[in-house]
Amino acid sequence: MTSAIPARTTTASPAEAGPSLEAGNGNGNRTKAGRAPKQYSDRTRAERRLGWILAGPAFVIMLLVTLYPILQAIYESLFRFRLTAPDERAFIGLENYIVILSDPVWWSGLWTTVLITVVTVLVELVLGFALALVMHKALKSVRGLLRTAILVPYGIITVVSAFAWFYAFDINSGYVNSWFAWLPGIDENLNWFAQGPTALFVIMASEIWKTTPFISLLLLAGLAQVPDELSEAAKVDGATWWEQMRKVIIPNMKAAIMVAVLFRALDAFRIFDNVFIMTNGAYGTEVLSLLAYRQSISRLEIGLGSAVSVLLFLCVLLICFVAIKLFKVDLAGSQGGK
Amino acid sequence: MPISRRTRTAVKTRPRGTVLAGLVLGTLVMSGCGPAQADNSLTWYINPDAGGQAAIAQKCSDESGGRYRIETSLLPNDAASQREQLARRLAAGDASLDIMSLDPPFVPELAEPGFLAPVPEDVAEATTENVVEGAIAGATWKDELVTVPFWANTQILWYRKSVAEAAGLDMSGPVTWEQIMEAARAQDKTLGVQGAQAESMTVWVNALIESAGGSIIVDPEATADTVELGLDTEAGIAAAEVISTIGKDGLGGPGLPTQAENESLIGFQGDVGSFMVNWPFVYPATVAAVEAGTLDQAVLDDIGWGIYPRMSADQEAAPPLGGINLGVGAQSDNPELAYEAIQCIVSVENQSEYFVTNGNPPANTEAYEDPRIEESFPMAATIRDSLQVAAPRPQTPFYNEVSTGIQQRWAPPAAVDPDSTPQSSSDFITSVLRGEQLL
Repeated sequence: MTSAIPARTTTASPAEAGPSLEAGNGNGNRTKAGRAPKQYSDRTRAERRLGWILAGPAFVIMLLVTLYPILQAIYESLFRFRLTAPDERAFIGLENYIVILSDPVWWSGLWTTVLITVVTVLVELVLGFALALVMHKALKSVRGLLRTAILVPYGIITVVSAFAWFYAFDINSGYVNSWFAWLPGIDENLNWFAQGPTALFVIMASEIWKTTPFISLLLLAGLAQVPDELSEAAKVDGATWWEQMRKVIIPNMKAAIMVAVLFRALDAFRIFDNVFIMTNGAYGTEVLSLLAYRQSISRLEIGLGSAVSVLLFLCVLLICFVAIKLFKVDLAGSQGGK
Repeated sequence: MPISRRTRTAVKTRPRGTVLAGLVLGTLVMSGCGPAQADNSLTWYINPDAGGQAAIAQKCSDESGGRYRIETSLLPNDAASQREQLARRLAAGDASLDIMSLDPPFVPELAEPGFLAPVPEDVAEATTENVVEGAIAGATWKDELVTVPFWANTQILWYRKSVAEAAGLDMSGPVTWEQIMEAARAQDKTLGVQGAQAESMTVWVNALIESAGGSIIVDPEATADTVELGLDTEAGIAAAEVISTIGKDGLGGPGLPTQAENESLIGFQGDVGSFMVNWPFVYPATVAAVEAGTLDQAVLDDIGWGIYPRMSADQEAAPPLGGINLGVGAQSDNPELAYEAIQCIVSVENQSEYFVTNGNPPANTEAYEDPRIEESFPMAATIRDSLQVAAPRPQTPFYNEVSTGIQQRWAPPAAVDPDSTPQSSSDFITSVLRGEQLL
């Protein structure tokens, strides 16, 4: 392990990682034709070397703290291994994966996780965009205050915000039931955490409240990049506000939107704190992170738990893969439009 | 020319990279070292309490005349997280686990793989004299004492005198679940039971099954794939009938599906409170609420107590048993010293003191003779009697699976069906134990 990492970073990296970085900048087509290092100018190579000297240490530490545990988890997932029965450890190949994938508990956890991801990301995107517009257009005098106010929820520790939301909706100590009793379906006897749909509503609301600022911040950066001349030109041509938005602003900030969606989707898919605090997975609110936690930490079934974690990791990779493919297409599209 | 420069760079940076990685790794390894300890210092991992264990640690350290010094280290709040932390540390061979405060259900799981240092015979003899039966059972694994009983807990029946009177119940003797359910139904009150998907659910199910003459696990010492459950039996079905009726008839109120011990206390103190099964902590908590002015003195005066309800009039109840045992880690550097300290910790006067100051009942019956106890805990005699008949939760190395399985299938109470739940939960837990299903 120790000797493999530096060897990889020093010898293999300039050749391997270089072109892919280039491709990320959108110049991939030009450099892809000739992969031979001869094609680079001295200046490019010097810049690249500097890049690696600057980023190298971080890269090595990243490998140490992420790659090693990931490999260890993959290895452990092939064993039947319980921490309190170390002598009974046995290699069982892919059996853990078969057990998990043939279990309805996994699939219902996956469904709940996907539901939470899709709903929260969509709502956050709409709300976040509105907030970004407000921040973008706000008068200079209130801009700082407004941004701070919008960012406050994001600065709160998730466990703390989870408890705050839990106690607000809790049937014994909560005020939500009495404040919103005028709404149909809500009365003092509504126990929000006693059934899946209402419990998921609170979990998602808390998640949305907390992370919308993150999305709006990313979208604000995207908005700032859209040149004012474009919307002014559109206005001169008689475009309505909605048309400006749809034809000019949104297409020009597609890259920012995609980054925001990808980051939040990855984050939302790994949701843990809110569910752990509010319901601990009871009554149909079990998510995949909690399932992995229950197997490896509560049951101390390291093999089974590692397998759940590896599958969760694969799901996250899949989201990345799909999003980056989409992302690339959009990026090329928006540049072609210019 | 460019190629040669490229190669040179690679050759030049390689050793530098190795040195860097070595430095990083070295720092990581070194930061993993634990704090240095003096030879005679013992670490006691305690569950959170009102400061009683820390006071005992201080007292015993002083009395030892410098032979040892006990330092306390606080564990997480709930029993499940305490177990998680201790099990992980023990499995990793942590030598700092000199003394541990352990919840009895988790003892077999730690004793089976040899994580606990054996109890010396003289210590075992000295610390089990006059100790209630249930507490000894909870400290034992495979007929051998593996931990030392410290304090023992039990649930008793708390009731509002006004409600019991209106129902015409004679509370001087034992009552049945049927009677208190009827009383709550007739007066439109709620019962204080624990219906949340949490450990308190297992406590309730176990007490009902034991009170009906059954057991959740028939053969506690069996291995994971041969273990036989007693859920799908007459006793299990009778337990499911009580839980299901309370859930379906709304006798536990709307908060029942998320209600553990603390929440039931809040309900019991309210206007619809009637009967409640709960641990003794509710009494000091209620007294404190009255003193703080958040609760009427009239409510406190209206509270009575008795033995846990029976399943049938002619069969004695088996109330839940809890408490804390003290164990010594197998990797401890000083097991003899640790057991010496434990003998001091569990002394009769320390147990009485702990009850008076922290509300945790002694495991040793002698400790109840302290006159201060009757003063601050008028129900001490009921607690002692309850401890004598209390039944522990299943003693098995797979307790976490059994308990979590029960919690997942027996909560919420309204979804329990006496015709199917006992069997389906039994099948579920069996297949989890065989490694065929996730939990």
